[in-house]
Amino acid sequence: MRGAFLSISIYISLVIAAAGLFSGCLRLTRHAAGPEEAPAGGATPSHETLTIAGSTSVQPFAELLAESFMKIHGGVSINVQGGGSSAGARAAMTGVAGIGAMSRELAPEEKSLHEIMIARDGIAIIVHPDNPVDDLTLDQVRRIFSGEIKRWSEVGGPDKPIHVVSREEGSGTRGSFDEMVMHGREVTPAAVVQDSNGAVRETVAGDKSAIGYISLGLVDKRVKGLKIDGVEPSVENVRLGRYSIARPFLFVTRDAPQGLAKEFIDFVLSPDSQAVLLREGLVPVK
Amino acid sequence: MRFKEKVIEKLLLVTALSAIGVLALIIIFIFKEGSPIMVKVGIPHFILGEKWSPSKGIFGILPMIVGSIWVTVGALVVGLPLGLGCAIFLAEMAPARAGMVLKPAVELLAGIPSVVYGFIGLVVLVPFIRNVLGGPGFSVLASAIVLGIMILPTITSISFDALKAVPKAYRDGMLALGATRWQTIRMVLLPAAKPGIVAAVILGMGRAIGETMAVIMVAGNATIIPTSILAPVRTLTSNIALEMGYAAGDHRQALFATGVILFVIIAILNLLARWVAAGRVSE
Repeated sequence: MRGAFLSISIYISLVIAAAGLFSGCLRLTRHAAGPEEAPAGGATPSHETLTIAGSTSVQPFAELLAESFMKIHGGVSINVQGGGSSAGARAAMTGVAGIGAMSRELAPEEKSLHEIMIARDGIAIIVHPDNPVDDLTLDQVRRIFSGEIKRWSEVGGPDKPIHVVSREEGSGTRGSFDEMVMHGREVTPAAVVQDSNGAVRETVAGDKSAIGYISLGLVDKRVKGLKIDGVEPSVENVRLGRYSIARPFLFVTRDAPQGLAKEFIDFVLSPDSQAVLLREGLVPVK
Repeated sequence: MRFKEKVIEKLLLVTALSAIGVLALIIIFIFKEGSPIMVKVGIPHFILGEKWSPSKGIFGILPMIVGSIWVTVGALVVGLPLGLGCAIFLAEMAPARAGMVLKPAVELLAGIPSVVYGFIGLVVLVPFIRNVLGGPGFSVLASAIVLGIMILPTITSISFDALKAVPKAYRDGMLALGATRWQTIRMVLLPAAKPGIVAAVILGMGRAIGETMAVIMVAGNATIIPTSILAPVRTLTSNIALEMGYAAGDHRQALFATGVILFVIIAILNLLARWVAAGRVSE
């Protein structure tokens, strides 16, 4: 009897300890993943809700703006989800989301959508801050990502292998990178593939031999954005058209935007919000 | 009374059939969605193609098939000695108190969500492999270690049951002949429990091959056939999960077709497990 009781109490204490550990980890991962969940039980009939789904590059900025929009307009909830640019276009077309978020130009079959450009974004080629390489030509970047250049010594760095980090097929950032950098060449299949901007940044921040590409607005101190053909990846250079790897951030809707969707889009295009986007590293459209 | 019996009997039959019905619907669905592209590309090209480039319409999943096999075998190399050792210790040597702590602890491993394993692998294991052994860190090795730990509970508890089921007379007889404890384990218990241990291995393999989240986080997901245990690798499940969010048209079908191949592999593993388990009963 005593034995059984002991084993049960050990079991329970282990479960409790583990549960505490998980909730900590889960909170962390949720924070890292980003998407804010709609407040539980908030969807009363009088409660207006808007879903924005699509590009994971647009997501953090949409979340930020949605939060301040919800602060101003009580009783409105905006739900921002990821899924990627193609999924965003599809969600807008089928009406699953009121607004689709995209980080690339519309494909021909998506042209029926209404598009509103909310900002422009550069794609930064990033390496570890300790990497002595500061500057690459667009052609060198292309040859590194296609697997032709394999060692850092070939581009003026230390004699170490290059670890190429890319995104999965179909992601908006990958699509823009293929279009603007690769020009029809293929990213080497030996590249490590990560499934978000954040994961690519984590990988490059932890690996001195890595090279990757992420949204310019998401570059922080843990990684170094390389100059391309001598041009610093900066908001100013994207706006002036000097930095060559830049793409549009779009909101797309099935019909001309109206109601809450229109209010939110107007809010995003307002000078205040555009200033917020500028502060976050994007290039405003107004 | 009789009528009531009948009703309950039929109700239970319906519940049982609904499980089969759901399975049938899933099978029909993935085959319906996945087979057109396999026919279009040609099944040999699809299975043996070494290049996966959906945006160019090239669908070959050999790297993912090989990747899944590498990772699963790696998981067994890590998990089998640990799990079997643990089962032998628990069944044959552990003092009652140690067993009371160890067994629930090992079983608890099964309850940890896979994303937690992946996260720990990502922040601890991947940098460790990168700094100590070289390569990008995201690798077959990292996946094998994470999966090896994840299949421990399966292997341990099923092997434990198999060892416990060996009649006490075998053990006593061997010890009476003057054999040491290790000789008893090696020459009598393990052979007698072999079908159960094989079933444990196959179920562990099923778990390893089907795991997705943890593997995506530590495997690196490169679409090449890995040439070393330090090279990045992509498994069948990761391939589906990574790209499903974006896929449309042929690409989407090719992901379902990946699911078909996975389904076939797992069905074969399950049949093997059942066959081996049946062998145990008849012995």
